Amino acid sequence: MVEGSQKKNLINKKGLRVDGRKPDELRSTKFEIGLLEKAMGSAYVEQGKNKIIAAVYGPRETHPRHLALQDRALLRCRYHMAPFSVEERKRPAPSRREIELSKVIGEALEPAVFVDLYPRASIDVFIEVLQSDGGSRCASISVASLALADAGIPLRDLVASCAAGKVDGEIVLDLNDDEDKLGEADLPVALMPQSESITLLQMDGNFSQKEFESAFNLALKGCGQIYDLQKQALKEKYSIKKEVLEDLEGEKEE
Amino acid sequence: MVDSSEIITNVMERRITKLLVQDKRLDGRGLTDYREIKVETGLIEKADGSALVSLGNTKVLVGIKVDVGEPYPDTPDEGVQTVNAELVPLASPVFEPGPPKEDAIELARVVDRGIRESKAIDVKKLCIIPGKKVYIVFIDVYVLDHDGNMIDASAMASIAALAISKIPVYEVKKNGEIEITTKKSLPLNDYPIAVTIAKIEDSLLVDPSLEEENMMDTRLTISLNNNNDICAIQKGGIGTLKKNDILNAANIAQKKAKEIRKIVKGK
Repeated sequence: MVEGSQKKNLINKKGLRVDGRKPDELRSTKFEIGLLEKAMGSAYVEQGKNKIIAAVYGPRETHPRHLALQDRALLRCRYHMAPFSVEERKRPAPSRREIELSKVIGEALEPAVFVDLYPRASIDVFIEVLQSDGGSRCASISVASLALADAGIPLRDLVASCAAGKVDGEIVLDLNDDEDKLGEADLPVALMPQSESITLLQMDGNFSQKEFESAFNLALKGCGQIYDLQKQALKEKYSIKKEVLEDLEGEKEE
Repeated sequence: MVDSSEIITNVMERRITKLLVQDKRLDGRGLTDYREIKVETGLIEKADGSALVSLGNTKVLVGIKVDVGEPYPDTPDEGVQTVNAELVPLASPVFEPGPPKEDAIELARVVDRGIRESKAIDVKKLCIIPGKKVYIVFIDVYVLDHDGNMIDASAMASIAALAISKIPVYEVKKNGEIEITTKKSLPLNDYPIAVTIAKIEDSLLVDPSLEEENMMDTRLTISLNNNNDICAIQKGGIGTLKKNDILNAANIAQKKAKEIRKIVKGK
């Protein structure tokens, strides 16, 4: 992170960012659901250059057994980056960053899951970052939430996540890798939009109280946009296509 | 299986919730009162800096060791800061020996972020030979007695220990070897303070005790620099927060950070 006064030209004279986006513009984001065969639920996201895949196993018997909870399911989450996902090869063993992120991502997802329906069982969420481009924890939460839905696990809501931050003194949405590294602040937020409940909030960098409020509001707006894309992806996967419906009706008449 | 300690906990939880409705707490504190803060520095002579902080019954010892090593390739002219936290088994019946688990790692990383993002350690002044030799500042957090709110106590002890740390002054000889000449204070630019706020039902309370922590829905740790700007935030726990909770918490944190900074500095 650089000093606020040092401009790094991350925003040009026209007010556009290094990748040509407006300050409040999300990166191009695409979700795909159910692409893995063996997992009970899976989903994939591309957000900017992020490429992240999530899979859900469970509810299933908890191993090791002593970890099982008597009144609810144990939700476990593993966030892991592939060695080739970043510029310099990342060692495959989980880093301290990955362990912390696994914890906070699990905590961001759990409020949405009816864990009390499955006492003693475990629900395992595995997230593999195949390519990382800034904001991977947020994209991971959004995509893991879809994988939970795809697994048919009862959910209160989807969890939509997006970051806002400060770049060249300006508040911007959904920071990419360069903006994350050279910018002045990063504020990832996860939201259950139906109940307006915040399930993840982290921040690093430097915000005045006022900047914090406007970045926070912008991040919530970003979560709303992600939420729409998540719902759209679910509908694409699960709504019965018109042609199929017509076929079915045709069969009935015969 | 219900054992007696669980029954006591249930009774206590109900009592805590009942009191909170009237803005009161089990130990008589108001919602925005910290427990008594005591800071002792320099207890460990062999460390380059140390501080023991008591926050009520919670005790955290931080030792600073300064070494010389290689810089990171992307910051060749900057010293290196690393924070490690150990939840040693003598501090709590629920801590177990072994390598740090996610709670200890989270604790270390939250403390690290507060110091790093406020740029408290002047890393530019910790370069000896650019690209080759820099100072490495090891901040080791040792939780000795866990009675709630380890994060704030650890952050206080870390900055208090850094503030009294002395580092050797090196002279670079012609052959590239370095030699210790004298000692100087570790260069500091800021004095970050972490304020942890717990949410229980609809109440926000600072500095949660262990009982409060065990039943809280969620917690929010906000770190503030000298300017009272926010430099790090961490939400922990599986509960959720509303937008207003967060804005209120930010307000509370800004007020408390100033008070705590004075107490920890001893001024």
